[in-house]
Amino acid sequence: MTIIAKKPASLTDLPMHYCPGCGHGIVHRLMGETFDELKIADRVIGVAPVGCAVFADSYFACDMVQGAHGRGPAIATGIKRSKPEAIVFSYQGDGDLASIGMAEIVHAAVRSENITVIFINNAIYGMTGGQMAPTTLVGQVATTAPKGRDPKLQGWPINMCEMLAQITGAKYLERVAVDSPQHVMQAKKAIKKAFENQVNGVGFSMVEVLSQCPTNWYASVPQALEFVRTKMMPQYPLGVFKDEGGK
Amino acid sequence: MTEKTLRKGNEALAEGAIRAGARFFAGYPITPQNEVPEYMSAYMAEAGGAFVQAESEVAAINMVYGAASTGTRSMTSSSSPGISLKQEGITYLASADLPCLIVNVMRGGPGLGSISGSQGDYFQATRGGGNGDYHVIVLAPNSVEELGNFPKLGFELAEKYRMPCMILADGILGQMMESMSFHFDPIDPNKLGKFDWAVDIHKNGRKKNNVFSYKGDNLIADVVERAKRYGYIEKTEARWEEREAENCDVLLVAYGLSSRACLEAVNKAKEEGLKVGLFRPITLWPFPSKRLAELAAKAKAVLSVEQSLGQLVQDIKLAVNGKTPVYLNAYPAGGQPDGHSILTAVHSILNGGREGLFDLQEHAGDFAYECKRDTSLGMQGDLKGGK
Repeated sequence: MTIIAKKPASLTDLPMHYCPGCGHGIVHRLMGETFDELKIADRVIGVAPVGCAVFADSYFACDMVQGAHGRGPAIATGIKRSKPEAIVFSYQGDGDLASIGMAEIVHAAVRSENITVIFINNAIYGMTGGQMAPTTLVGQVATTAPKGRDPKLQGWPINMCEMLAQITGAKYLERVAVDSPQHVMQAKKAIKKAFENQVNGVGFSMVEVLSQCPTNWYASVPQALEFVRTKMMPQYPLGVFKDEGGK
Repeated sequence: MTEKTLRKGNEALAEGAIRAGARFFAGYPITPQNEVPEYMSAYMAEAGGAFVQAESEVAAINMVYGAASTGTRSMTSSSSPGISLKQEGITYLASADLPCLIVNVMRGGPGLGSISGSQGDYFQATRGGGNGDYHVIVLAPNSVEELGNFPKLGFELAEKYRMPCMILADGILGQMMESMSFHFDPIDPNKLGKFDWAVDIHKNGRKKNNVFSYKGDNLIADVVERAKRYGYIEKTEARWEEREAENCDVLLVAYGLSSRACLEAVNKAKEEGLKVGLFRPITLWPFPSKRLAELAAKAKAVLSVEQSLGQLVQDIKLAVNGKTPVYLNAYPAGGQPDGHSILTAVHSILNGGREGLFDLQEHAGDFAYECKRDTSLGMQGDLKGGK
């Protein structure tokens, strides 16, 4: 018998707790495949966030550190500077990275820490139950924006890739999505590149993944995928915002 | 032991830490501890370690969290308001059982306060300034020599018990110069061996290591189990110094810089024919309660001499447990004691006076509080305190 598909060795056998339709599991898998293909599994040290992915330390087969909300890039900095041979990633959500951890992500980019950041943007606080995120769309309803996000009261969504692209130390920034097989393939390429960059000593690399949260969007999975395509992508266009990997 | 050299407190501490094997430092500028990160930026790389000037104290302590996860001897330093910001990271370090060194060169508070040396952070250091049931080991040096030698002790205790250790100094200790020597040869941390819990590059299929702070359903067991370590530390790791403490009438209790002024008071008292002794806690947590209780039982009175407004005195009262009267001679928010001012308080105790002794309710005097807001809704009246 020929095995044509299997779980990456870089993921553990533990069943994931993520909700049906959530994008976290897909991204975990793409990262696991990347570690296997780049043969870096024994060098990877990951930083798990606070939020839905707080248990990510159980899902990745590599050594993992789980720290405080928003501080992933600082923790990753401490690990990378202490173990320069390690491949260090910080896995973060939108509240984590673009709100409470704004200073940490910006300055990790400023220092061009040679780390890889995987940024899951689902425009909502998931684990805490659907509060407004810094990336929540204008008009999008959240439990702390019951009438929808109103720019007069809550400002506008923040585009992290575009913002970080202004920073000299940010070397690779790409926004991808996991709403379709085609986009999942592109996400894989981007994630792989972000880790290859670290292996090659390029500097700060981040992949922003538009992800769906059917539970907190009060949507079916097809509706959630449609929301990513029709609502999120106009605000958060996919593409490469910076690529100085080869330079 | 090295030859005696003249060093500034903060620089002795920084050099002592590198000699003790510190190989990761992250910090953020704040007076009066700036010589520490400045020294580290100049010499840490030379020693084979990493120095990062962080974007904030919050980031710095989290960088330490990451570096400590790898088993690297890691540290940060700051001063009072900066240490407040680090409390998030400190409680995470405690929960993840990570060893590290945190230095607080204290200044006047609360808030931005002043840049004068002070001891106002005693509660924050000894009670655990962050959330949850945890402790950090707290070492209180009283000389430049101890500042230079305590980092080694701090790392050793932190690693032995897998918990953060804090060196609680103050702005004057940090800024003053004294003759000092290091009591140990430089340590090569690569020869110390690896921790089986640390995250690292790993081959040969070792089981994966997770350093984590979220304990979920296991939290109760985790906290109760860690408390065994705390109890053992209280029983075995208390450190202190005694001067004329066995047979005195008034036992002074002071740590850090104020203990130096107390020595002057002890000597002056001797000249006057008074029996005054000194008990100096070196570890503030664990507090050397047992020995203090023994000594206090033989004295007529105990006097807390502290550069804070009644913080150390609470641990003294807990230790003495009502068996001997305990008084407070306080120099809060940047005030400094000297032998004369301490002796004034001693005289008051022996002669029944009040000069130099502080009591919060006595201090209130005939002060009356008047609420300036409209209280006609009656809430204020209904919530009035005791009769």
